[in-house]
Amino acid sequence: MIMEKPYDSLKQLFQQEFAKMVAVISKQFGLQHIEIAEDIVSETFLSATESWGMKGTPENPVAWLYVVAKQKTLYYFRRNKILQKKVIPAITSSQEKEQEMEDLDFSPQHIRDSQLQMLFAVCNPAIASEAQIGLALRILCGFGIDEIAEAFFTNKETINKRLFRAKDKLRIEKVKMELPPEDEIANRLDNVLHVIYLLFSEGYYSKTQNEVLRKDFCIEALRLGVLLTEFAITNQPKTNALIALMCYHSSRFTARQDSSGSPILYEQQDAALWDKDLMRQGDYFLSQSAQGSEVSSYHLEAGIAQWHCQKEDTPEKWNGILQLYDLLLQTNYSPGVALNRLFALYKAKGWETAMAEAEKLNLHDNHFYFILLGELYKNNDLSNAIANLEKAYALARTQTDKHTIREKINRLTPGC
Amino acid sequence: MKEFMFLFRQPSYDYSQTSPAEMQNLYKKWQDWVGGIAAQGKLVQTGIRLADEGKVLKAGGVVTDGPFVEIRERLGSFMVIKAESLEDATTLAHGCPALDSGGSVEIRPVYQ
Repeated sequence: MIMEKPYDSLKQLFQQEFAKMVAVISKQFGLQHIEIAEDIVSETFLSATESWGMKGTPENPVAWLYVVAKQKTLYYFRRNKILQKKVIPAITSSQEKEQEMEDLDFSPQHIRDSQLQMLFAVCNPAIASEAQIGLALRILCGFGIDEIAEAFFTNKETINKRLFRAKDKLRIEKVKMELPPEDEIANRLDNVLHVIYLLFSEGYYSKTQNEVLRKDFCIEALRLGVLLTEFAITNQPKTNALIALMCYHSSRFTARQDSSGSPILYEQQDAALWDKDLMRQGDYFLSQSAQGSEVSSYHLEAGIAQWHCQKEDTPEKWNGILQLYDLLLQTNYSPGVALNRLFALYKAKGWETAMAEAEKLNLHDNHFYFILLGELYKNNDLSNAIANLEKAYALARTQTDKHTIREKINRLTPGC
Repeated sequence: MKEFMFLFRQPSYDYSQTSPAEMQNLYKKWQDWVGGIAAQGKLVQTGIRLADEGKVLKAGGVVTDGPFVEIRERLGSFMVIKAESLEDATTLAHGCPALDSGGSVEIRPVYQ
């Protein structure tokens, strides 16, 4: 399954176990002391690098980490008088809590429960969504500050500040590590799914050249999605639809980039490089998602992504995609979806229908609109196609976009 | 942009003789038409379909059962869209599949 990920380096082990240990310890201390949990786990790994470096890796590294983390937690707990005198009475009766502390629970079930609660805590609407993604990457996925900074094109200090503010917010809002009440889970689940989707998009559409990092983000988003399916209350049709969507998209990951890191457009991709296993998993989760009566936007997007797993152009494919885009627009209009729908319309019903609809769209400040018009005119009216691409060039803001558009123009210009 | 309501009236809503393939085709026609409006960002609300049965209360406390045989076309559903003017809204209503089956679309501005 997607979740199983063997580690062959301390870095991978760190990423994998950091999140689990922070979740379990935070559960014990309360979320307001999440930094203590992070410190203890970081110290544990520091001890590991020292000790393993000298004595070699133990037979069961994970068990070693849990034992040392327990020791360090207990040590901290006993030594820290403030915690004992102030925090623990505030949480519960001290006797009871100390009993629990003696027995920090690293059983798989408890790890899973704690991680689910952590997921809901991190996705608390009180925290800005950008900070939610950062916090999710750090606390739930165990990514380093450097890596997060790289993904967001910013420096360590900014990320540190952002995470600090987010944790502060958790404290101020007194966010607890527990699942929301049952009747509220449905509402909160939407936000959790949204953050997972953003996390995935950060990996999938990220402009960073670090491919390993991008892939890792996608895998982690998938892992969190699958975690949600392990609990009856969060194993909703829309959860499965989101996982299906991520599986289908991930299946084309390797085919999307050439060896120099330049993107390869869908039409030019080598379908032999598409991951058939991930497609099958997508089919599985999509069938799981069809069990309720609800059709979420994840269902519709997963449906479109499933059609894109079929490389050949057929009328069924483009009609199917068009219908799904129509439904998507009815639940949630966005110019991007409207443009994608227009392309599907062009493929399904031909140039003239698409042109008539394109004129109604009125997206005259959107460079993608003119790129699409350029695409539509390409085979029928070359000078019009170039004129539209020039408009797109003038509107595009980033150098990468301008470069891609210029190349398109050059390809259409005779003699170039 | 102002809001307008489209009221769809058709002579018959009896689909008992319609084959699944025809239903699919009909559904697709509606989808295409609504999708075109949604693509322009002019759709406000859709998906409301009125049930076949109903009652009519008239002056003097007279209650009659629907369907409402005295009018040739029955109200089946409605939808709310955005447009600049009544003329623009009417343009959007063109292509509505209710027209194909001898029905009509009533276009009315909605006051907020």
